[in-house]
Amino acid sequence: LSPARRPSARAGSFEQLLAAKEIVICCGAGGVGKTTVAAAAAAMASLSLGGSVLVLTIDPARRLADALGLEALGNNETRVSAEVLKRAGVDHPRGQLWAAMLDTKQSWDDLVRRHAPDARTAARILENPLYQNVSGRFVQSHEYIAMERLYELHQSGRYDLIVVDTPPTRNAIDFLAAPDRMADFFSSRLLRWITGPGRSRVVNLATRPFYQVADRLLGSQFLGDIAEFFLLFQTMYPGFIERATAVKRLLHDRRTTFVVVTTLEAAPVREAEFFLAALADQKFHIGALILNKVLPAYLIDPEAARVAEHLASAAAEVAAVPDLAGAGTPAGVERVLKEVGESFANFEVVAKREAELRTELATAADVVVSVPSFETDIFDVSGLLRLGRAIWGA
Amino acid sequence: MNVPLLDRRLLLVTGKGGTGKTSVTAALALLASQRDKRVLACEVDAKGNLADFYETSRLGFGPRQVQPGLFAMSMSTEESLQEYLRLQLHLPAIARIGPLARAFDFVATAAPGVREILTVGKLAYEARERHYELVVADSSASGHVIGQLVAPRAIDELVKVGPIHDQTGWMLDVLGDPAITGLVIVTTPEEMPVNETIELVARVRNETDVDLAAIVVNRVLPELFSRADEDVFERLREPAMAAAVAGACAPGQRETDGGDPLDATASVFEAARLAVTLRRTRAGHLDRLRQAVPPEVPLLFVPYLFTRGHGLRTTAQTAEALSAELGY
Repeated sequence: LSPARRPSARAGSFEQLLAAKEIVICCGAGGVGKTTVAAAAAAMASLSLGGSVLVLTIDPARRLADALGLEALGNNETRVSAEVLKRAGVDHPRGQLWAAMLDTKQSWDDLVRRHAPDARTAARILENPLYQNVSGRFVQSHEYIAMERLYELHQSGRYDLIVVDTPPTRNAIDFLAAPDRMADFFSSRLLRWITGPGRSRVVNLATRPFYQVADRLLGSQFLGDIAEFFLLFQTMYPGFIERATAVKRLLHDRRTTFVVVTTLEAAPVREAEFFLAALADQKFHIGALILNKVLPAYLIDPEAARVAEHLASAAAEVAAVPDLAGAGTPAGVERVLKEVGESFANFEVVAKREAELRTELATAADVVVSVPSFETDIFDVSGLLRLGRAIWGA
Repeated sequence: MNVPLLDRRLLLVTGKGGTGKTSVTAALALLASQRDKRVLACEVDAKGNLADFYETSRLGFGPRQVQPGLFAMSMSTEESLQEYLRLQLHLPAIARIGPLARAFDFVATAAPGVREILTVGKLAYEARERHYELVVADSSASGHVIGQLVAPRAIDELVKVGPIHDQTGWMLDVLGDPAITGLVIVTTPEEMPVNETIELVARVRNETDVDLAAIVVNRVLPELFSRADEDVFERLREPAMAAAVAGACAPGQRETDGGDPLDATASVFEAARLAVTLRRTRAGHLDRLRQAVPPEVPLLFVPYLFTRGHGLRTTAQTAEALSAELGY
C-alpha cells in the first residue's frame, strides 16, 4: 500500500490532501465522531504516507485513549508503540504515530509562565482565584487553548503532520473566532481604562457612574479582585497579542486545511453547512467533507425494498413454502420474515433521508468521503485502521 | 422518595451534544401541557432550534404560546440582566446606559458565573414566581451544565456583599429542593454518551445540590427477535433457505428482468442482521449505564423514531413514549 510502489496518491483524494498538508483540523457538531475520524486519519497517514504524524485529541473515549497509550494524561505527546501497532496487524509502519491529549488547565498555566514578565508575576496570576476560574471553566478559553497548543506543537517542528480534533461546542465556528476574541479581550479599551495607566485608576473610578453601579451590584471587594486580576494579566499583553496573531495566521496558512465531519442527520448537517459557509467566508482552506456513519447503500435498493414489502405483507404465504420447513415452526418463520421485512422498511426510511442529505452536500467540498456505519464501537488501533481505510476510500 | 418528574416545577435538561436534548425538552414540555399544566419551555442556547420541534417561528426572550398551555422562550443573558435590574434592583434607567452593556460583557467574560447566574437565575425566578406550573429548560450540554448549576454558589463565594450576594440564597434554595428542581440527563445507548452520562452523574452528586430526576435514553433500537426467533432467523439466512425465500418473493423473475432477487433478499436479511448487531452493541452500553447509575434514578427509554424528518409530529411521538415510560 505504500506510496513508493504507486505513482502517486489519487488526485482529489483524502490521501492526497493529507500528503500535502501539515495541519488538518477536524471540526463538526458533537457526536458525529470527530475524535475517532481524526485519530483514524492520523493512523492511516503515519502508516502509509510515513513521517511523524501526531493526533491531538480533545476528549477521547477512555478506551480509545487507553488504546493509544494516553492513559498517562497530561499535555505530553506519546508515541504509539510498535507493540500496539503489531497487535493491530501492522508490522512495518512507514512512519511514526504520536498522540496527545489537550489539558486545558496545564496549557493555560504554561501560557502564563511563558508570557508573564517574571516568575513572581506568573506565580501571582496562577494563584489568583479568578484566573483559576477563567482557565478551568471559561468556555472560550478552551477553544483558544486548543488552537494555541496546536501552534506550539507545529512550531516544535517535530511533526510532519498534525491532525487535530476540535472541542465540542454548540457552534463549531467559535474556536475560529477564539484568537481574535482573545486579542480583542486583552486589547479592549475598557480593560485599559480600568487597569492603566497606574493602579490608582481603579480608585479613581469610584467617582464614575459605572463603578457606582458595579459597586452596588457586586461589592467593591469583588471589583477589586477583578481589577487585580486584570492588572496582572495586563503584563502578559504584548506577548499574548503577538501569539494570538500568530495562531490566527497559522490557521489561514496554506499548510493548514479544515476537514468537516458530519453524520447524515438533520441537525449535524445543518451545522456542517453553516460551518462550511463560515470557513469559505473567512477564506480558510476546506480540504474535505467526511460523511460519517452512513447506512449501507443496499437499504435504498428498490428491488430489496420490494422483497421486504412482500415479506412484511405476505409473510404467512412465504413461510408456507415447503423448503422453509426446516427453519422453524410455520408461525415462527412467519413472525421472523414479517419482522425482517418491517425492519428493512424502517431503516429504508432513514437511509433515504440520508441519501437526500448526501445529495445536498455533494458539492460542498472538493473531496467528499462517505464512511460506513460500523456495527461495533471503534476502541483500538485496528478499529481505527478499519475506519481509516474507509476514509482513504481503499 | 423520588418526586414524580412532571410534578416538579423546574426541569433542567442536559446531555452530550447530539443525543437529542432539545427533542426531549420539547417532548417533556408538550407532555406536561397535554396533562393540563401551564408550561414554559426555555432554550438556554439562543442559537438553539427548539422552535423547530414545535414548528413555530424563531423564539425570543418574551415567552410565546406555541401550543395550548405551552409557552416557549429563548434565553438571553443581556435581556435577563435588564429584567433583573428592573425587577430586583429597580434600576430601569441604568439598564439602558450604553457603556453598561459593554461593561457587562467585559465583566461577564472575566468573572466566571455571571452569565450562568443570569441564566439559571431567570429559570429559578420563573419557578419561584409560579407564572408556570412547570418550567422545562433545554440547558447547556453536559460539559457546561455543572458550571451553570454551581454558579449561584460560586458567586456567593466571590461576591461577599451587595444585592447580588443576597439573591444567590433563594436561588440555591430553589435549585437544591428536589420537590421543585430536577435534572434530566439525555443520552443515547452509545459509548461516548454513556461515558459522559456516568461522569456527569458523579459530578452532579459531588459538586451540586441539584437532584438527578431521571435519565432519558434516547434512540433505543427495537429488539427484532426473541432468542428462539433469532435461531429461526439464522437458519433462514443460510443460502438454500434464502434462495427459497427469494423465490417466494419474486416468483418467475429472472436476472434479465433487472435486479437479482437473490441479492435483494440477501440485502433484506443483511439489514435485519445489521439491526440486530447494532442493538446488541448498544445493549452493552445500556447495561453499563444501569449499573453505574443509582437505582433510584429512573431510566426512561425513547425508541429510535424511523421518521422522515422531525417536527411537531415527532415531538408528539417522543412525548407519547415518555408518557408510557412515566406510567401515564
